[in-house]
Amino acid sequence: MKAVDAVAFIPYARLLGVRLEETASGLICVMPFRSDLVGNVVLPAVHGGVVGAFLELTALLQLVEIAGEERVARPINFSIDYLRSAGPRDTHGRAEIVKHGRRIANVRVVAWQDDPDKPVAAGIGNFLL
Amino acid sequence: MTDAARTFAMEAMFGTGRDEMVAHVPHAVRLGIKVVELGRCFATLRLPWSDDLVGDPVRGVVFGGVITTLLDQASGIAVQCALPEFMTIATLDLRIDYLRAAEPGHDLVARAECYKLTNTVAFVRGSAWDRDSGDPFASMLATFMLVGPLRPDAWQQAIARGEQALAGRSES
Repeated sequence: MKAVDAVAFIPYARLLGVRLEETASGLICVMPFRSDLVGNVVLPAVHGGVVGAFLELTALLQLVEIAGEERVARPINFSIDYLRSAGPRDTHGRAEIVKHGRRIANVRVVAWQDDPDKPVAAGIGNFLL
Repeated sequence: MTDAARTFAMEAMFGTGRDEMVAHVPHAVRLGIKVVELGRCFATLRLPWSDDLVGDPVRGVVFGGVITTLLDQASGIAVQCALPEFMTIATLDLRIDYLRAAEPGHDLVARAECYKLTNTVAFVRGSAWDRDSGDPFASMLATFMLVGPLRPDAWQQAIARGEQALAGRSES
């Protein structure tokens, strides 16, 4: 299974509206802005939980892409740093597998909107393979 | 200051079923998140089961990020429940441990408690469960920045917009 198949296969990825872009520098996840993803209508800003879920999904899809596994990896823990407010714009994410062991993978993720050098959030997590 | 002597911005809203606290949050409305109970420094929320929430179709288990959303939402409300006046708050960081898989088909319940406030930061801990609060499937630690006072009219406008969103949802 490739990541692009997994997106279609995972109901929550469809709910978030996430799609994949294959670039020369690797896989990029894109979450197009939708008004029902908003958490703060005053700013407005994408819900912090949605940003966190997007990071975790980006990590998971990178694992699927690399390993081509039939089963989706199970998260053991996930830690999110919120760096900037995520405005009403598309959000992009890229994951880097820090370590892919026999049973555990450690994955680092970063998400940005207009400028990759101005991330809105960063995440790191351990997954059971 | 003793707990009894402290003032709480949301004291009038403490109790069960105060859904106006989530009705102004479009994504909480989209997921159908409901308030179970609010009290001093804590919030308990329920997310009704839906097949849309699944992250592992083979096992039928809810996606971990959904639990993040529910706990983040509960945490934000818990912080407001601990403050003497409404403030604009922003999640600084949030860490979740997934203790076990949530049972497919069960509503998700999350409780968050703001256990420490400084002038600029709120510290929150929480957990989430399906059947029994004593057998959680996730535990969480989070910190929030206290950004500044929230203008009451901004809050009222946000709640009014949430009510419109709820009305629109019930019509569809």
